[in-house]
Amino acid sequence: MKRFLALLFCNLFFTLGCAQENTPAIETPTSVNYSYETIVGDIDIPWGMAFIDNNELLVTESSGILYHVLNGKKTSIEGLPEIYVRGQGGLLDVALHPDFTNNKIIYLTLAATLGGEQGGNTSLYKAKLVDQHLEEVALLYKATPNTKKGQHFGSRIAFDDQGHVYFSVGDRGNRDENPQDITRDGGKIYRLNLDGSIPDDNPFVSNPEAKHAVFSYGHRNPQGMTVHPKTGAIWVNEHGPQGGDEINEIRKGKNFGWPVITYGINYSGTPITDKTSDPTMEQPFYYWVPSIAPSGMAFSTSGIYKDWQDNLFVGSLKFQYLERLVIQEDKVVKREKVLDKIGRVRNVKEGPDGFLYVAVEGKGILKIIPQG
Amino acid sequence: MKILSLSYFLLLYALSFYLFQEKTKAQSIKAGAEIYQDFCVQCHLANGEGVSGVFPPLRASDYLLNNIDLSIAGIKFGLKGKIVVNDEEYDGVMNNQGLDEEEIADVMNYILNHWDNSSEAFITKERVEQIQKSILQ
Repeated sequence: MKRFLALLFCNLFFTLGCAQENTPAIETPTSVNYSYETIVGDIDIPWGMAFIDNNELLVTESSGILYHVLNGKKTSIEGLPEIYVRGQGGLLDVALHPDFTNNKIIYLTLAATLGGEQGGNTSLYKAKLVDQHLEEVALLYKATPNTKKGQHFGSRIAFDDQGHVYFSVGDRGNRDENPQDITRDGGKIYRLNLDGSIPDDNPFVSNPEAKHAVFSYGHRNPQGMTVHPKTGAIWVNEHGPQGGDEINEIRKGKNFGWPVITYGINYSGTPITDKTSDPTMEQPFYYWVPSIAPSGMAFSTSGIYKDWQDNLFVGSLKFQYLERLVIQEDKVVKREKVLDKIGRVRNVKEGPDGFLYVAVEGKGILKIIPQG
Repeated sequence: MKILSLSYFLLLYALSFYLFQEKTKAQSIKAGAEIYQDFCVQCHLANGEGVSGVFPPLRASDYLLNNIDLSIAGIKFGLKGKIVVNDEEYDGVMNNQGLDEEEIADVMNYILNHWDNSSEAFITKERVEQIQKSILQ
């Protein structure tokens, strides 16, 4: 009886004392069957990357440099638009047009001021890559209003196979006004046609007050985005507050809840809301407690890595590893550390050669090589 | 008439004092608290404790309290490479946050005088202006 009481007490203590770690618990494998090599080094914050070919890629450095990397050698590309570097803002993601081979068009997200009031906000640009510089630079979208807040610019870029480009903008440090209001920018996933025009079937085009580029809302700070290899759906990971980072499968016109529902709390430890669900809002596909600070997202589809087929990979800025998530029947059933203690993992991509490439702050781009 | 012109000059005097006064240390610390919540708290956390081995602490940090100019330079220009804080090694990257000189002074006054930290120093915009990138080498 005494023992039972002690156990009960312990249990109560832990339940009340700290937020429960969300299952499944992260595993650290005792032996690994892979190694890595650095394919390009010496990049402080390698934010975005886009592969042109097996040995050729574009890499953004958040302070405002766009690198062209060929066989490990990097050169800076000229002709970038003006970039607002402040807090988490700067040069963000880079992506190739689905028909890049023929038209040489790339897309960039970056923080910009563009006149008007002080501060900045996230913008989406398109440009043509000619040799080592950009031509026909065109602004496709600029979130407003500008603000000097340092947080939550997003931003990632992805494409579906129906001629759309998607990008994310975080709540810009204004969670009470932006994410739940479709007439305001921030805290949204956006969808445009590849030329920057608004698709006729975007969810809020019939509302004259709404931002017509909005595809889904109620997001906090999405910094990972990829297309599910089987369903074609846009998948996103986003930074929550302390506890409550999320993976979301994006659906048209849906509200993903921030800040009305969340599994997280303020950095100060005080609650944001007591609600984790609402019938009018989407539940995350998965949420991380504690937060891992997720950035970058990729599925492994190539079969190059034994046992990693169709697994999801997400960078952890906070715990400095690449997380491998095994998904079965729409549930995360296993989580494992890859490249443990490698450094702050900013991004992960599957290259055209099927290998996984990992961007690590202060290091550069690493290629994971299977062994045995 | 005399009274009118006198009061006019008095008003002008008071106004100039109001418009051109420097921030007091307390005002600077208050402004710095806001900057901290905006730009720093994600990594250095609400109590300035940081994350062992990843993000160096600011609370009771020997690096911060003994190297004020280096700390200013780190915020002003960004900081990377190895530093030792309270006998623990850190080898990360802190981006230049794009703060202006007054904002850097404010956040320095805040982190030097918050939690259990205290410093005699009053960091001014002018001091931040004078800090050169070369001191980081």
